[in-house]
Amino acid sequence: MDIPYVDAPRADTGLTNGKLGIWLFLASEVMLFGALFATYIILRTGSIDWPLGRDILNVPMATLNTIVLISSSVTMVMAWASLMRKDLGKFRLFMGLTVMFGFGFLIIKYFEYSAKLHHGLLPSTNNFLAIYFTLTGLHAIHVIGGMAVNAYLWGPGAKLWKTRPEWFTNRVEYAGLFWHFVDLVWIFLFPILYLL
Amino acid sequence: MADSHAQDIDKHVRTYIIVFVSLMALTLVTVAVAFIEMPVWMAIAVALFIASVKGSLVACYFMHLISEKKLILVTLIFTVFFFVGLLLLPVFTHMDAIEL
Amino acid sequence: MGKNRDSGKDAGREKLGAQEHGHHELGFWRKYVFSTDHKVIGIQYAITGLMFLLFGFCLMMLMRWQLAYPEQPIPLIGGLLGDLRAPGGVMLPEFYNQLGAMHGTIMVFLGVVPLAVGGFGNFVLPLQVGAPDMAFPKLNMFSYWSLFCGGMIMFASFFMPGGAAQSGWTSYAPLANIAPTGQTAWLIGMIFLITSSLLGSVNFIVTAIQLRAKGLTFMRLPFFCWAQLITAFLLLLAFPPLEAAGVLQLMDRVAGTSFFMPSGLVVSGEVVQGAGQGSPLLWQHLFWFLAHPEVYVLILPAMGIVAEIVANNTRKPLWGYKAMVYSVMFLAFMSFIVWAHHMFMTGMGTTMAAFFQTTTMIISIPSVVILACLFLSLWGGSIRFNTPMLFALAFLPMFGIGGLTGLPLGLTATDIHLHDTYYVIGHFHYVVAPGTIFALFAGVYYWFPKATGRKMSEFLGKLHFWPSLIFMNVIFMPMFVQGLAGVSRRLYDGGQVYAHAGPVLGLNKMMSFGAWGLAIAQIPFIINFFMSIRMGEKASDNPWDATTLEWVAPSPPPHGNFLTEPVVYRGAYDYSVPGESRDFVPQNQPTEA
Repeated sequence: MDIPYVDAPRADTGLTNGKLGIWLFLASEVMLFGALFATYIILRTGSIDWPLGRDILNVPMATLNTIVLISSSVTMVMAWASLMRKDLGKFRLFMGLTVMFGFGFLIIKYFEYSAKLHHGLLPSTNNFLAIYFTLTGLHAIHVIGGMAVNAYLWGPGAKLWKTRPEWFTNRVEYAGLFWHFVDLVWIFLFPILYLL
Repeated sequence: MADSHAQDIDKHVRTYIIVFVSLMALTLVTVAVAFIEMPVWMAIAVALFIASVKGSLVACYFMHLISEKKLILVTLIFTVFFFVGLLLLPVFTHMDAIEL
Repeated sequence: MGKNRDSGKDAGREKLGAQEHGHHELGFWRKYVFSTDHKVIGIQYAITGLMFLLFGFCLMMLMRWQLAYPEQPIPLIGGLLGDLRAPGGVMLPEFYNQLGAMHGTIMVFLGVVPLAVGGFGNFVLPLQVGAPDMAFPKLNMFSYWSLFCGGMIMFASFFMPGGAAQSGWTSYAPLANIAPTGQTAWLIGMIFLITSSLLGSVNFIVTAIQLRAKGLTFMRLPFFCWAQLITAFLLLLAFPPLEAAGVLQLMDRVAGTSFFMPSGLVVSGEVVQGAGQGSPLLWQHLFWFLAHPEVYVLILPAMGIVAEIVANNTRKPLWGYKAMVYSVMFLAFMSFIVWAHHMFMTGMGTTMAAFFQTTTMIISIPSVVILACLFLSLWGGSIRFNTPMLFALAFLPMFGIGGLTGLPLGLTATDIHLHDTYYVIGHFHYVVAPGTIFALFAGVYYWFPKATGRKMSEFLGKLHFWPSLIFMNVIFMPMFVQGLAGVSRRLYDGGQVYAHAGPVLGLNKMMSFGAWGLAIAQIPFIINFFMSIRMGEKASDNPWDATTLEWVAPSPPPHGNFLTEPVVYRGAYDYSVPGESRDFVPQNQPTEA
């Protein structure tokens, strides 16, 4: 017996296994970042000298990063839409762009972090920096993870398109859901850390 | 059959472009509003509101939540409930703590 | 999307692997060690869990020596522990604390959960829903090895400088922040364990929802499956905050942050350097956000096992199945908003205390409903007193005691007196030890024939059961007495320093002998377990005459489980149905119409 509902959804739930699986995983990620947001709230409300984010952090760089990440979200969903239109070439283009945007985000982040370290601003300096590095660091790890999956699907993973196109399309969709989630977290991180 | 399918995707792509432009605009609004003088609580409320709108656009249209199955939506509603509890209950407890 | 609605048998299916079509046999390593078959993984989890249960028990037996004979050299092994742990064979307080912290950690995260969820869940769930395997077999294998790595790190921590974690299984800040290296290992180990559980829970939920056989609606699911499904949701949503907290404490210890370090902390006369302004209470919130749902993770699979065994051995359907299902869903929901009842004594104001007390009282209702339904299921039954049933029956009053003793802890007024005393230890051990662990024993005896094709010895089973039941009560009942008398928990000298505790300290010796007696009572089980694998009475596919789908598969089931895809026509507990020729009807037997 094979495991069913990989390519096509189960009738009564309307879902494939992977779709349900990735959403469940994302639900757990909501709770993971939630704990860090709760930490931010507790530390800030209990602090006597919480700095203004924009005084310490680089708002232009982060705004650019926000634009980069949102763009990558659009190219990601376009990559999936291309597969739905059975256009592997367009998929390659859009997925390639997504990976490149991801790299762009990480490069900008690298400059941001190294500037901080250069000025002696470390997680141990104060709690604002501690939660800043932790939140953005964990987010960056998720960006790297998402990029690794996206790069795999763009490259060697695309072989699956020839033998099991539905399954491949689904996998791209699941990767897309993860990538959009990473974008969504940043949409909240950006104003909370940099602007408030 | 395949054609109507392709037309569906065309409609979706149009939506994606509209959402993309909206997200860009709202990003600029987020930054601009941050430099307007207002009490801290208001600044937080406005920032979170705009972020929620942006987040909802990503969730509803890029992640297709607007047309997603009931099971996923129910799971997410409970998750959001617990998320809010995790955010609020500790700080309420701290605010309610006895003064020494 | 998906215009092919699962048409045809092969559309949209993932092949299970080479073994599936017998194309080529897998080598030893792929078949038994790095297997993706849920049955092999389940057995790996179960053996790992049982071994850690034994190890955790041994840690406690050492502690009980110190409590019974404070400052006396430990016989036999005292000399082996070395001068850093027990100079002259006399246990150091630091080592006592390591034993305490690791006993709790190991029993909860490396013993009970791997056995109850990883072991029983993995082995039984796919079979009971009629599936060929878990939804994501490779992820399943990865989950097990993640657990294994976490376990090895936890074990290795005993040999690190300063010893293992020694700040309680609760690792409260700021003590845990400044504790020796073993605490860092604890945090890293926890990250492996939590990751294992998170990935596992995704697998369980998708399997239970998506891979149910044709005709197996949700309300026809065995209660065991409901219990595992709900448990998986608890793990999925409650564990991540502890993973985050673990990372934060790691950063405090390793990167000099002050998430949990308050300002002006003085240790051994010196002010601790650092940014300060951290919140020790924040750690408690994040820890208990997981740890409260965790206790339901510990009990729900046990209730699931007991439900199956009770229905089977009363030859009657479960009483109030629907009530049990709705109760377990409500319980899971409530479990996310009660956690601060572990923190009543942290300076909480009356408003929030009242909130958490109220939610805590409300959450006792579904527990009582489930227990009541299980008790009521016995009424009018033709009870068979085999070994699984004996353990399942004992679970009921033992869990009852555990649950009832939770009430004064959940009520703020009485918790003032009882918090952090032996009353708490008595309460939770009753629920977990003669509660959950008895249910797990019941499950081992019950599903052993399915896994191995042989039955365990009834004689040795009873020899295991009766002394275990007696000794469990000898150990844990006096703890309520000690707690009420004001003996605090986690005391190296067992309460000697308290003048008010004098009259109840004599109980320590009795409790320790109870613990050592309980250890001896496990010997028949260990012998039985290993002997029966080779020499047990051969079992048919359905030796217990049970209704659920796992008994349709061969004993043991082959790769892919079922020879033909099962179809379900009826509920999970068609026992003693009027008009039927036998006193049970399997779920896959068609109805007359």
